[in-house]
Order: sequence, then structure tokens, then C-alpha cells
Amino acid sequence: MAHPVLTLDNAVVRYDRLTAVDNISLELRRGETLGLIGESGCGKSSIARAIVGLQPLAEGTLAVEGETLKDASRQRRLILQRRIQLLFQDPVASLSPRLTVRALLSEPLKIRNAFTAENWGRIVALAESIGLGEQLLSRYPHQLSGGQARRVALIRVLAAEPSIIVADEPTAGLDISVQGDLLNLLRALKDHLGLSYLLISHNLNVIGRVADRVAVMYLGRIVESGPTAALFRGPAHPYTQALLSANLTLDPSRRHERIVLSGELPSPAHPPAGCRFHSRCPLVQPKCATEAPALRTDEDGRAVACHFPLAARPAVIPQAIAG
Amino acid sequence: MQAFIALSRRPGGTFAMLAVTLLCLVAIAAPLIAPYAPNAIAPANRLMEPSWQHLLGTDHLGRDILSRLIYGARVALGISLSVIAISLSTGVALGIAAALSPRAIDLAVVGVFDIVTSFPSIILALALVAVFGPGLGNVVLLVSIVFIPHFGRVARAQTIAIRNSPFIEAEKVLGAETWRVVLHHVTPNIIGPIFVLACMDIPVVITIEAGLSFLGLGVRPPLASWGNLLNDGYTYLDQSVWLATFSGLALVLATLGFALLGEALRDTLDPKLRKAL
Amino acid sequence: MTQALLAIEDLHVSYRGHDSTAHILDGVDITIGRGQSVGLVGESGSGKSTVAFALLGLLGDNAEVSTRRAAFDGRETSLGMDEATALRGTDIAMIFQDPMTALNPMFTIGTQLVDIQRRRFPRQSRRSLWARAETMLADVGVPDVAARMHRYPHEFSGGMRQRVVIAMALLVEPKLLIADEPTTALDATIEAQVVEVLDRLRQRTSASMLVVSHSMGLIAELCDSVIVMYAGTVVEHGPVHVVFSRPRHPYTRALLACEIDPYAAFDLSQDLATIPGTVPDPAFRPQGCIFASRCPARHDRCSERPPRRQTGEGRTYSCWQEAA
Repeated sequence: MAHPVLTLDNAVVRYDRLTAVDNISLELRRGETLGLIGESGCGKSSIARAIVGLQPLAEGTLAVEGETLKDASRQRRLILQRRIQLLFQDPVASLSPRLTVRALLSEPLKIRNAFTAENWGRIVALAESIGLGEQLLSRYPHQLSGGQARRVALIRVLAAEPSIIVADEPTAGLDISVQGDLLNLLRALKDHLGLSYLLISHNLNVIGRVADRVAVMYLGRIVESGPTAALFRGPAHPYTQALLSANLTLDPSRRHERIVLSGELPSPAHPPAGCRFHSRCPLVQPKCATEAPALRTDEDGRAVACHFPLAARPAVIPQAIAG
Repeated sequence: MQAFIALSRRPGGTFAMLAVTLLCLVAIAAPLIAPYAPNAIAPANRLMEPSWQHLLGTDHLGRDILSRLIYGARVALGISLSVIAISLSTGVALGIAAALSPRAIDLAVVGVFDIVTSFPSIILALALVAVFGPGLGNVVLLVSIVFIPHFGRVARAQTIAIRNSPFIEAEKVLGAETWRVVLHHVTPNIIGPIFVLACMDIPVVITIEAGLSFLGLGVRPPLASWGNLLNDGYTYLDQSVWLATFSGLALVLATLGFALLGEALRDTLDPKLRKAL
Repeated sequence: MTQALLAIEDLHVSYRGHDSTAHILDGVDITIGRGQSVGLVGESGSGKSTVAFALLGLLGDNAEVSTRRAAFDGRETSLGMDEATALRGTDIAMIFQDPMTALNPMFTIGTQLVDIQRRRFPRQSRRSLWARAETMLADVGVPDVAARMHRYPHEFSGGMRQRVVIAMALLVEPKLLIADEPTTALDATIEAQVVEVLDRLRQRTSASMLVVSHSMGLIAELCDSVIVMYAGTVVEHGPVHVVFSRPRHPYTRALLACEIDPYAAFDLSQDLATIPGTVPDPAFRPQGCIFASRCPARHDRCSERPPRRQTGEGRTYSCWQEAA
């Protein structure tokens, strides 16, 4: 089988004494959109920063197309790292305020020493194809509309010729009538350029609609992952179930099922012992407070880290036996 | 052009621009407009009052005061601009480097800045010149050292403010080397306030130079520096007030011009203040 | 039915600029019955927040406000600055999107909760106001109240802070509670808690509620009726279940179509619904229907101002299209 386009193995991200990401493994397959959901402080942005190289991994490894970055030469590492690009949440803030659009778009080519007339022409054509006319090239970021800035940021990312794009809350703050535009564009680009996405969002509707697979995070760990439709319809982890049920809906028939979790999200600096969710879990058992459940994967590609997974789904087969 | 219009609307902005422009023109065109050679001695004409022949009078060696002031502008501007150029470039480089370096290096650089700034600038300049000796080259170099922390601190603070901003991180993710990030993305975004600071420091440098020359530790006579002129005027004050008066006036005009220009520039560049226009 | 708590007809708000005037609100009608909960939904540029700010008299000095008629609690008002200030904090209370901006970081929660009641209950002792505050905090689900009263705002989490702000608003026993995006800044599970608190309040208190939000889910959750706004006008108004299940105005329809339902059957390769075009510039509003330039069902008549139509279910909408 071909290598996954991105593999994160037992990754740990630390800021001083705070462990934001605690031993997480992820796989992104070619052409796939992997959704990452969870609430603030769960570590999803830290994963994004670690994957794109803005934050070093304290432990664990990152591999692009089967090549481990740690083992590669410096030159090779730069090339591999450049294949992973980040789409920032705030597009205007991600553009240097004193540069024109022309300079901003040519920058990624110059960085790669690939600034030729041919490549530049390709960038301009790509920009044109997503509605950025040449008359915009002499503008500064603050003279662009939100939608235009978003497209400029997107072209810049594409000019680096990535195979993986990490999108951190790409639809945050967008009106619902234009949110679809962006998601449609992202999907078209993915199909056209053979990209894979890691999509981070707190918007469950967006993830549920565009992701092929989903991973749910809670306090620095993955509590559940699996194919989107199956996971949304039959969550196995009580946290996933509560999170999905908290999603506001227009459909009155689904409103009664809401599980309102008691208490606050614990601080990631002092996560509870045992299962990290046990302090808020409606189905907590004595075992949960002492023993941390391992993430086990079954043959359908679903994984859950819970001692007492919800019965709505078939039994879980421990990975140790399966592997 | 818009910048000039905005500048002229600030209080003192028009005066500042006129004074600075005049000073620069005079300094550049000195050989063309000076009526006499600055060092031409004519003992017969010593300590003359202003007249049509010598518009501002003559000094104790019969040299034309106007001509010496005009050439003095060259010295004042030349010294202050070289000092600012040296201290600004060194300070900005050090400041950015400190902000982007590991903590230990950052702390070391800041420590040196603090030590230098803990002395009043004129005293430090005096001490350094006393150790290394007077002369044009020494004055420029030593006064530059005094001013490096000014620029270094501002550059460091500004860099820290933007070093983790998304547009810097976006460049890193694109794979940009550090030199590219510093040159293309950090420097253009921090340089505005530093230019303002430079403008405000020019008059300070001019007065320090004048002070050193006045004390005989700066530019060596007979070179026409305003400080030397002031010193000569002071020596012969009981016989003639003209030299002291006019060299003092030149100093005041230049100082005020640059200081007001700096303030106007600061107000114009600050977007929060610009809105109030 | 008794007289409505708030009735505003033909509300206009505009800002005069250098060479043009921006019309932010253009003929908005709002009626809120006693004990009723009304939702105000719309996207950016719809003017929904301007409506809330106008009610509170929080618009800037340069705003030009006019109404044909405005009545609050049986009294005619002008929505002028003075009148609105008088209502603010006694008859009308506000819950802001960011609870941190509504709380003073320098004082303890207890002090702030007592001070807010002073204007409303000037004769009561500090002790009894303190006791009232404690009860109210416990009511909105803040645990360990006695100790929390002595804490400062930064010592509270986002969800707890929003509860404090809700308690603060309720302590003055307002007749109208305005909630501007009350859960937008909160995480999903915390949002669910705050929605539950607000929903319980709505059942229990006699106060009317105006919920301003871009989230139709939140409005569906908390409101009896909904006002759909677009570019400073009301395009559709009616009971929540009527409007959301059978929208009549093309904008409401388009907006609802953009809502994603991850549980519905869909094809991943299918495009998501969008509304092409942009909101018209408030300084250059078109003559006829405001939505015409983006409307999939526009025709010749749309260049004239559309009539307001009623359907039997207590719904009105402004469109040339006949009710089907």
C-alpha cells in the first residue's frame, strides 16, 4: 500500500511545563480531508503548528510521504516541510501589511528560487481562475476585501506547491452565505491539484459535511476517530456524543437528545488523572478515575479511547491483537 | 506628496520643513553661496560689526561669520547624519538580532544597552572622547556608540511585537530563510517609528557635537563647526557679541527644525493620530 | 392580546458622510410582546446589531435616528439619547457577546453585582443586595457562590463569566433583556450550558427577550418568533417554526439552504449552497427590492419596492412573489 501522505507518530508538544499535545498519532491519506474537532485548549491548534513546523515536537515523529523529517538531511527537511502549508484563520493578518499583492504572490516563488516568467504566469492565471484580477496586483492587503484577502492567502499557499494543506478554522467569522464558497473552492482545488487537507474547526456542521474522516480531541488527546458519517451517527465516546449533541440545530425533533455536560473544561496544565474526561463524563465509573484508556482501533477504521464505549456500535477489537 | 501635506498641517510642521530644507540647501551649496572662504584670515578686519561687506560681521581673526556659519552647517549636518546612519543601522541590526535570538543572547544585548543608556549621553560622549582623543573621525564614531541603544531598544521592542504575528509565521511556513524574513518582512514594518526617532535625535547629536567642540574636545579648529564658533564667540564676548549670537541662533534653528519635524512625523505616521486630522 | 411591550414602526438609522449618506436601517418594524422571546437574525451588514444599539441609545452622536412611532411599556418614546439612557439598566438590560468587556476587571464580582442594583433599588441595604446577587448567581448555575462573589472577573472561565453577565442583567429585573450573540465566544459544550440557562429563564421570568444572532440554530432554540433582516430591512417575520420550516422570502430560503445539516444524506462531490453576490453598499441602496440583485427569482417588478404580504400563520414577508 502507498504511504499515507502525512504520518504523525506519538507526537508530544510542550510549552514550558504545559503539555498541549500528549502522545497523538495521526494519518492523512492522499486526497483525503481529515477533520479535527474539539474545544479550546484541546490542542488542535498546537498539532497544526507542530505539523507545519512552527512548533517543535518534544517527542514523536512527523513523516511526509513516508520520509521521516527527523532523519532527513537539512536540505531535504526544508523541501519536505514546505510540502505542508498552513492556511491561517485570519487571512488579512497573514499578509505582510507593507507588501503589494504582486510582491506577496511572488514571494513563495522567490523563496523556492523558482521565480521564472513561466511560473509567475501560472500563478497569475491561477489567481485569475479564482476571481483575482490583475488589477488587484498593485493593492496592499488593507485595500482588499475579506474574500479577496482569503484568496490571496490561498494562492500564496498553493504557490509553494504543497501536497498537504492544514486549514486552521478557515470558516471562522465567515457569513454562512459565503462559507460555502470557500469550502467549494477548497474542494475544487483539492481535486484539481491532488491535495490532502487537515481541517481544524470548531464548526461541527462544516466538518460533518466536508471531512472524510474525523478525529475528536479532548485535553491534548484523541478520544475518538473514524469515518465522518459513522462517527456522527453513532459516536462511541461519551465526549463525542455530548459534543455532537451540543451542536445547535434547526430541527426541533433532535433537540431533546441534548446532553449538557456539567462543569468546565479542566486546564490543560493540570489534566485529570485516569481518563481525562472522567471529571465531566455522565457515564463515569470508578475505573475511569485511575486508569487511562488506550485508543483502540477496529477493522472499520474506528478508534475510541474509552473503558466503556457506547453500545450503539459494534465491539472494539484491541489494536494489539489486530496488529 | 500627501505626506508633505499631512506634515504641513501639524503644528510647527511647515516651519520644521522650511528650517530643515534651508539647512540642507545651505550645507550642500556652501561653496556657492558663502561670500568668503571660511578660513580666510584678515587681521585688519577683526571683530567687525555686521555691515554690507560682512553681513554678520567678522570674528577675532577677521573671518567672515556668515561664511563660517554656512560651512558650519556642513559640519553639523555631516556629523549628525553620519552618526545617525551608523547608530541606526547598527542599533536596528542588534535590536532585531536580539529579539530573534535565544533568551541568553537577548538578555546580554539588552544589558549592554542598559549600561550605555544609564549614563547621560553628553557625559558619556565626553568621557569617551577624553579617552580616545578629539578629532572628526573619533567624534563621529564615539557619539554613534552613545546612540546605538536608542535605536536598538526601539527596534527590539518593535520586533518582539510582530515576531509571532501571522504574517511572519506565514513566511516561515512558506520556507523563507531568516534573512529574508528580517529584510522583507520585519524591517519594513518596524522602520517607521525608528525614522521618527532618528529625526528627533539629529538635534541632540548636533548639540553634543557643538558641546564637545565648545569644550575643545570635538572638531579641531580652524574647521568651522558651530561649537567652535560658539567657543570663539564666548572667548571674545566682552569685545563683540555677534559671533556668539549668530552661532547660537544657527544652533537653535537647526535643533528646533529637526525636533519639530520628528514630532510632526511621529504624529503623521501614527494611524491613531492620523485619523484625528 | 394585551399591548406589546415594545412596538417600533419604521425605524431609520443613517450616518451622514462626506458626500453620501449611509442608510444602515431602512424602515424596520419590531414588536415584542410581553414575556415573548424574539430573535433577530441576519448576516454581517444586515443591521441587526444597530437595532439593539438603537434600543439602548448606544449609537454614536453622528447617527440620525427616526421612527414613525416607538412605544415601550405603554409609553411613547423617541429613542433619543436621554430616554434610552433612562431605560438602560432598569427597564432594558443587555448581555454582550464578550462578557469580559461587560465586567470591570478592577472590582470583585460581588461588588459589581451589588452596584448594578443600586439604581434600581436605591433604598435597599448592601446586605440585602448582596444576598439577592448570591441567589441570582446560584440561579444561573454558578457553583460555590459564597466564595465566587469575592473573586475578580479574570478568575472566571468564559462560560462562568457569561453566567455572571446574565445574572447581572437579570438583577435589575428588566422588562426587556437584549442578548447580542450571547454564545458566539463560547465553546460548544459551554454554549449548550448557557443556552440551557437562558432557556430556563425564558420559561420562568416574565421578561421579554430579544436575541440578536447570526446563528439560526440559537434563535430556533431560544425564540418564539424571528425577524429575518437583510441590508437594513426586515424581509420576513413570523413564528420560528413557521419561518424556519416553510420560509417564504427568497433570502430566508437561500440562507436556510446554506445551513449545513451533517446528518442529511449528501454527496461529498456536490457543491455547498451559497448566495452569490454581495450586500448592497448602504450609501447606494437600490430603489426596489433590496435583495433583487442576488435573488434567484427576480423579475421586472423587483425594481419597485415590494409589498408586505401576510400568510395565515402570523407571518409577514416583503416580496413580489405570491405565497404559494
